[in-house]
Amino acid sequence: MTGGTRQKVTRRAVVATGAAVTVGTALGAAPAAGAAVTGSDPIRPMRLPPGVSREDFVSALNQFRGIVGAEWVFSDPADLDTYRDFYSPFRETPEERVCSAAVAPTTVEQVQAIARVCNALGIPIYPISTGKNLGYGGSAPALSGSVVLDLKRMNRVLEVNEECAFALVEPGVNYMDLYAYIRERGLKLWIDCPSPGWGSPLGNAVDRGVGYTRDDFRNHFEAHCGMEVVLADGDIVRTGMGAMPGAKTWQQYKGSFGPSLDGLFCQSNFGIVTKMGFWLMPEPEAYSTIDVGIEGYEDIEPFITILNHLQYSRVFNGMPEFAAPLFGVSLVGPQDSDPAVIALLHRPEGPALAEIRAAARRTDRPCWACKLQFYGSESVIAAQIAEAKRKFAALPGATITDGETLRFPLTDSQLAQILDPTPFGVPSLNTFNPGIGPMQATDEPQLGHIFFSPIVARTGSEVLKANQVLGQACRERGLPMPPVLLPAAMWERSFLLAIAFPVTASRETNDRMLKNFGELARIAAANGWGEYRTAPGLYDEIMATYSFNDHALLRLNERIKDAVDPRGILSAGRYGIYPKHLRKTS
Amino acid sequence: MKRPWVFALALISVLAGAAPASPKASKADQVAHGRLVFQQYCAACHGSGIGRPGTEVLQLRYQGAVPALLADRKDLNAEVVQAVTRNGIGWMPGFRKTEITDRELDALAAYLSRHPDRQ
Repeated sequence: MTGGTRQKVTRRAVVATGAAVTVGTALGAAPAAGAAVTGSDPIRPMRLPPGVSREDFVSALNQFRGIVGAEWVFSDPADLDTYRDFYSPFRETPEERVCSAAVAPTTVEQVQAIARVCNALGIPIYPISTGKNLGYGGSAPALSGSVVLDLKRMNRVLEVNEECAFALVEPGVNYMDLYAYIRERGLKLWIDCPSPGWGSPLGNAVDRGVGYTRDDFRNHFEAHCGMEVVLADGDIVRTGMGAMPGAKTWQQYKGSFGPSLDGLFCQSNFGIVTKMGFWLMPEPEAYSTIDVGIEGYEDIEPFITILNHLQYSRVFNGMPEFAAPLFGVSLVGPQDSDPAVIALLHRPEGPALAEIRAAARRTDRPCWACKLQFYGSESVIAAQIAEAKRKFAALPGATITDGETLRFPLTDSQLAQILDPTPFGVPSLNTFNPGIGPMQATDEPQLGHIFFSPIVARTGSEVLKANQVLGQACRERGLPMPPVLLPAAMWERSFLLAIAFPVTASRETNDRMLKNFGELARIAAANGWGEYRTAPGLYDEIMATYSFNDHALLRLNERIKDAVDPRGILSAGRYGIYPKHLRKTS
Repeated sequence: MKRPWVFALALISVLAGAAPASPKASKADQVAHGRLVFQQYCAACHGSGIGRPGTEVLQLRYQGAVPALLADRKDLNAEVVQAVTRNGIGWMPGFRKTEITDRELDALAAYLSRHPDRQ
């Protein structure tokens, strides 16, 4: 089977009809995904899961009510509207992913009971934690008509251990909850949060999310230690040392005995993660920065060579943060820029390197800037900064500016003055401020965004190449993008060059963005730059780019899916993985 | 119209074996509860201080014609607060009942519509 064929099959499977079906035709039949069926109340049609009869669906809802209480089973259209993806580019179109119901347990035993009901009746179910991964799907299912398993009410911080620096949490705990828990108890521990702090540590980690503190905590999945997972048939498993009753090392040793299975439950649909442990960062004594100015556009190549060596040698341990001052992006935010200089950068034949360097000298603004962040004791940081300066002295035209040193804990008044506190493990929603995060000024009112998120090799030459290729592709299509695509360095060994595509109220605009998104993804893939994560409506398109050996990765995913979830009830379509009955062509 | 309503509440309370409830106290309790709900769920965006995007956006949108801080607004009514909280507006997503319960939402609406000239 070719990738193209596979893509057509799976995309057809997830399209919702949005059409109402009369009771007479629906009773006992298996309607299309997301089809609405008129129930006892003709004004409020019941939306059925794909392939599920009305009788089975009603039976499931009744059993859910018996498990969690009627108050926590939602099938009223007004309630179901709150489970829409508020940033969906498919909003108000037949392709919008919508649920048929939602059920909200508070215990793992309830999750098991719900899984058993769904497995017996073939009800597709879609677990969410806090449902706040806006730009990547929100609380809507990947397959229209699925029942959302809303784990928000499982909101207990089960343990925070200061001595061994770990936490064990349920899915409904968000970063703000965990931060408050630690702060209220005066524990000398930091969490690592993504830019919007209202998400779930568990949910963010299993979606491969990232944060902004020290190298060993920013990759949230890699910073986890131990999971509890409910399988499709209601069985329950604990990974790592959680598999040994009585072990006190569930959050201390990631392995157990035999294969490590945790990765199976990351960006997948093989189980429902109900507990997850995380290693936390001991509160450092101090924090300091240096800002390195890099004069020429092409100087980023030797700069990144030095940067990588310093980081991989642990000379600095925070996230390197890039800016492009000459082109209007300083380390403290947007600033004015000269269109003539930007035009030098965007010439079809390539950047005018000599003229750009001359402009940098004339304006005393470097092409690039990079903030290096150091966490630790003051004396060690002083030595680390000295070593970093010594290395960068080899880079002609580089300038180095010392930043402020902070000592912890910060006072409330200090915290109140910090626009973006995420480098200090403090959750915030600052990223939603206009012009700071993905919400940029556009000609139309913006309702949301989707991220184009390719992973690029951690070399200067690849950063320049990606800027040339993707930048030109965006400009040719009239896509909103900054003058320079800055490398984001949340991951230690690669770069992310993300572009936020605006979602508006205009279907025409959104359709154009989706078409451009697909084209950009294919251009990126042709250069070896793969998306690390995407919005549900684009899963298949992105999965198709991971095509080595006739899509061997997807084929293996499907074999695992069939083995652990043979009825295919869990999160069908998530990350492009479909159960057997939804990927058959005939 | 108020007197029979107060009487009916008092009668129900007495019949239920409880001390007579004061509607004013009850309303005050709900507003106090709503203030806590606001602090927990809304203040990170709509509070005062640096980096609060809800406040920033409302300042940009209204240019001071109404207060950018929701808690200072005098033109909000309970129905609007409830509708926006559940359905979202602009970049703000809606909040599900598993995040803000109906009881919490009633309290939040009471808090944000508490100004006397709106009651």
